[in-house]
This record gives sequence, C-alpha cells and structure tokens, in this order.
Amino acid sequence: MTGAGAPPTEAPLVEPAVDATQAADAGRPEPVIRTRRLTKKYGTLTAVDRLELAVYPGEIFGLLGQNGAGKTTTILMLLGLSEPTDGEASVMGLDPAWEPREVKRRVGYLPDAVGFYGNMTGRQNLRYTARLNGLRRGDAETAIDEVLAQVGLSDRADDRVDTYSRGMRQRLGIADALVKEPDLLILDEPTTSIDPIGVVEILELLRRLVHERGLSIMLSSHLLTQVQSVCDRIGIFAAGRLIGVGTVDELAAQFGDGSAVIEVGLDLTSAADVKRAGTTLGAIESVDSVEAPGPGGATWRVHVRPADVERRVRQDILVAAVDKGLNLTALRPIVPSLDDIYRSAVERPPVKPAGLKRKSIDRTATRRRPE
Amino acid sequence: MSAATVPADATVEREARPPVEGRVPHSGWRVIAAKELGDHLLSVRFIVLLVVLGLAAAIPLYFAADLIRAAAPQASAAPAVFLALFTIGSQDYSFLRVDSFVAIVAPLLGLAFAFDAINGERSEGTLPRLLAQPIYRDDVINGKFAAGLAVIGVVLVAVIGIIAGYGIFRLGIVPDSEEVVRLVAWVAVTFVYVGLWLAFGLLLSVVVRRAATSALVGFGIWFVLTIFGGLILDIIGRAVSPLTGSTIEEQIGQAQTQQFISRLLPGQLYSEVTAVLLDPRSNPQLDLPGSLGQAQQAAQQIPTLLAFDQSLLLVMPQVVALVALTVLCFGLAYVAFMRQEVRA
Repeated sequence: MTGAGAPPTEAPLVEPAVDATQAADAGRPEPVIRTRRLTKKYGTLTAVDRLELAVYPGEIFGLLGQNGAGKTTTILMLLGLSEPTDGEASVMGLDPAWEPREVKRRVGYLPDAVGFYGNMTGRQNLRYTARLNGLRRGDAETAIDEVLAQVGLSDRADDRVDTYSRGMRQRLGIADALVKEPDLLILDEPTTSIDPIGVVEILELLRRLVHERGLSIMLSSHLLTQVQSVCDRIGIFAAGRLIGVGTVDELAAQFGDGSAVIEVGLDLTSAADVKRAGTTLGAIESVDSVEAPGPGGATWRVHVRPADVERRVRQDILVAAVDKGLNLTALRPIVPSLDDIYRSAVERPPVKPAGLKRKSIDRTATRRRPE
Repeated sequence: MSAATVPADATVEREARPPVEGRVPHSGWRVIAAKELGDHLLSVRFIVLLVVLGLAAAIPLYFAADLIRAAAPQASAAPAVFLALFTIGSQDYSFLRVDSFVAIVAPLLGLAFAFDAINGERSEGTLPRLLAQPIYRDDVINGKFAAGLAVIGVVLVAVIGIIAGYGIFRLGIVPDSEEVVRLVAWVAVTFVYVGLWLAFGLLLSVVVRRAATSALVGFGIWFVLTIFGGLILDIIGRAVSPLTGSTIEEQIGQAQTQQFISRLLPGQLYSEVTAVLLDPRSNPQLDLPGSLGQAQQAAQQIPTLLAFDQSLLLVMPQVVALVALTVLCFGLAYVAFMRQEVRA
C-alpha cells in the first residue's frame, strides 16, 4: 500500500477482546489512539458499542461506515467533546475525558461539515484558531502561510470565506486542523463535497503530511475507494461496532465468503462451442459454478471454492482451453474491492465467515488484480 | 462577574495541564471575547445600538435642558439638579427621559447581542471546530458574555458621559460628589440589568436551536413582560392574596404579598432602583407599611433629602435580587451549554 512507515500488519480482530488487542501490541510502538470498551449511549440508542480500537504512529487509519454508524460519535469522544458512557480512550497517552485541553492541543480535527466565520477571510479564521492555540504572533503567521500553501489556498487566503466554494472550505478546514502543528490529525469525512481532482490532491496531501511531518491520521469516510486508496489500515464500522480491522487484503480474507472468481474470456462462434465451453469449465476440479456470458458477451465467470486454490484453477482453465481448442482471449482473477468487503461485512454478522452462500460479492466485484 | 465561575472538574483539569513549549500561556475566553468584540463593533447591531442609545441621550436631553433652564432660577437650591438631566424629560411624553429610555432599551440591547451567540456558531458549523481548540468549554460562553457586556457598557458609559458633559458645559450644572456617586451606582445597576438580559439571551441561544426562533422568543418575552407583565402579576397577586381581611393589619399583610408578587418582574426591580438612586428627594414608600402605625408615621414624615448610603440601603434588596436573577440566568445558560452535545 502507500505511505511511509506502514505499520506491521496486525491479525484481523474479528471479535475484539482486550486480550487479543493486548497480544497484538507486542513489539509495536505505543498507539496514538487506543480505546477500550468505549461505549456511548443516547438514551436507549447505543451509538458506539464497546469499541476496541488502536491506531499506531505514522499510519493512516480509515474508519469506514455508513452514516449513523457511530464514526463521528467515536471521534467526538476521542477529542473529549463528548463523554463516553462507559469504557475509556487514550489519545497520545492522555485520557480525553480528563485532559481534553491537552488532547486538543495536540490533535488537529476537521469536523464533519466544517464551518467558518463567513465575514472573516480565510487567513483571519486561521489566525483565530492559532490564537486559541496560544501560538505566538510571529509563529502563527509562519504556520498560517505554510498550511495555506500546503492546501493550495495561498492566493485566496485574503478573501472572505463567504466567497469560498465548499471544496475550498474543506481545504481550509484541513489547513485549520494543521495550523496548530498537531501530532495526530482526525478528519471526519475530509473528502465530501470536493470534486474528484480535488480529492486526489487532498489524499496526496495527506500522504505527504504523514511522510514529511510524521503525523498519524485517522479519517472517517463512507467513500470506500478513497479510504482504500489512502489508508494503511481500515476499520469497518456498523451500528456502533467495529466489525473488522486490517489492511484491504486482510479484510478480504476475513469477509470474503470463501470463494474466488475468475473471469474467462472466450471467443466462441457456435452454440455448440458455448455448450462445450460450459461443460469443460464446469468439469475442472474445485469449480463451484460457472456463469455463462449474456447475449453478445464473451466473459465467463468461474466461481472457485475454496478461494485459495484459485491460482491452480486458473492454470487448469488454461490447459483445458488449449486441450479443447477453445479460443481463450482473457483470464483474470477478481479480487473483491473494499466495496464488496464492506457490503458483505455490514450485511451479516462477522463471527462466522463460512456457511453462507452468497453471490452478490462476486457479481459486484470490480477491482482487478494487475497480473 | 459570573464569568469567573468554573466548575469543580474544570479546576482539576486546569491544574493537571503541564506547560507546553513554544506556546504562550493564554486564556481562551479573552481570545474569544476579543474576537466577539471585533465582530460586534463591525456589526449592524452595533450601529443600531449607537442610534438607539444616541436617541436615548439626545431627545430627553433636549426636553430636559429646557425644563431645567426654566426651573433653575426659581429653585436656586433645588437638590440634585445634575441628576435631573437623567430623570426629567418631556412633560407630554413621560417615557422620554434618559432613565426610562435606558430601562426600555437595556433589555433589547442585551437580547440583541446574545440571542444568536451559541446557536449562530452551531448553524454556521463553527462550534465543533471552536470547541476542538485547546480551550475550556465555558470559555466560549464566558467570552461571549464578556464581549456583549463590554460593547453595550462602553456605549452606555459614553452616552452618559456625553449627557453629563453637555449638562456641565452647556447648561452649567456642576455635579457634586454625591451626585456623581449616585450616577455611578445607577450605571453599575444598569450594567447588571443589561447583564441579566444578556444572560437570558445566552440561555435562549443555547436552548433554542435556531437563531431566528430564539430572537423571536426573547423579544416576545420582553414584550409580554413590558406591556402585560405588570397586569399579569397584578391579576396573579389579587387571585393569590385578595384584600379580604377583616382588620386593617390583615389587609396590609395581603397587600404586602401582592407587592411581593409584583416585584417578580425584573423591570419593576430596576425601575425602583433607578427612582431611588437618581432622585434623592424621592423617598418613595417602596415597601408598604407593616402596620397602621407605620402608615401614619409615613404620612406625617417631612420630605427630606436622602443621603446616598440611605438610598442604597433602601434599594439593596432590589439590587441583590437583580444580581441574583442575572447569576441565575447565566448559570442556567452555563449549565445547559456544558451539558449539551456538541453535535445535535
């Protein structure tokens, strides 16, 4: 994946437990964020349910979840802006419920739907933040110029925020989080309402920040592809619970339904050929099922179970195609994207990965492994 | 005043904080107050404030000056002529007096500078960002209260200064020291009264989610209290304690209950304080006599001038009540804000 200093991989935590996380700590640096059984209830609604989370220095951690999954609530508790009902959190080694000021001094936060004082310029808004952080005047101006340049707002800095587009406000929000020179950045939906090119810029900026400043970043998003492209590790949130943590590959292993898919391109002319191809593919060992292409299509989908024999099956298909004189045009394995992992993760309980026979994960698969 | 109030747990937090290099020690509420003050001074409502208080000075002064000029030769020994600048106005329009005018506009100004303090930040989306800075949460509400009080106070003092200056230089009325003390005391009580409405506005801005609604609620309450407040309390008073006693003592007791109820109105408290502080001649029977004997005594009393400390003594309960109401309002706003979820 991307980013310097990607942390060593951690065994995916299916059912988070104190023992498991502590075991995973061995040999790792002290986490910048660590929560233990963190719980937040609003009346009868449990927004965050016994959350066990660890974010390590120098990594970009993505919180992935639908709206209302508890991401923002978790972030607010990490900043001491909301009191946990139960459990505890530690941010930079401090308890945000007891030392919110010190936590907030060291953590830059970009809120969801960030707002600015419209009657002030971008620079004045940042100056206010700098003053609230107790930066000396000279230091503040230097820091402001630097962060404005980093987010690409230098030329508009002295315009009123009223005149900014939403994307510019979002970038100003990142500048605002950076102006206090934080050790940790917590970004709530940093890429919403930014155009695609802007998103790429922002994600590059985040990577650069990790690289240059040695920051750690935790970001939340419901935009899967972005999380996938920038995050070292990802935590999937659903209904207040963290149902899976790890790299994309680890999550794929955890939440895949145990089958793999191979796309086979065959150039067939007659109906007899089509029938012959079907039986040939179906006869290969470990092939679960074969989907014929629709009218006009030429791509067959071969479902393999178990998933880990996929490589051998691919070779078998190649051999069989040559043997039977089928005109093979393409042969590629399909890796489930985060999209599919996420969908399958939130749709079913994570405890038992086996036993359910679902096809949706295969059909919607889009991301291809470049082989 | 109440700006210094800090809950116990925040104190603990304050002690636990180690100094951080490269950062100057700062108090968040000052930074916020400074920013709010800047905003206020550039806002439309500041211009409104200037116009309203300017009118408060100009119009009554015009009438008062004429009256004083006319009256002064006849009563060369008239007491407290200087203070009359603030208490005399047009004979046709009784409210055109500086003190009445201030009594009317002070609540409005207090509300105008506070009704959108918190919900405005909320709707602009700046509240989470502000609270994510290393400040205490109460710094926000304290800073805003301080800024509002400061901006109204500065204009109020300036206007009173102008009136006094006009009196001294154009009319040749020189205040004696007691009059100055009385004026300062009156300004101080006015500060408290403005603070009460400011705190009430803050409370509304915390509790009511939309600034427009909170303004409407605030001005609605002000209107009802000003126009119908006396009437309502009068009716309540009569219902609770009708004058049905068979002896005069019983009736006096019932009347005293009625008077107590009528004083639940902050405006009533303020006007009683104003009347006593600004006019040493007025020895108003603020309290109903406790007995028939007292009533007779009061009737036989020769009108005399009250010394300042005697006036102050007379209105001390009212002043304390006003301060208590202000602290209560601010406390409610404070607690509501501290307990509120950042995102809601």
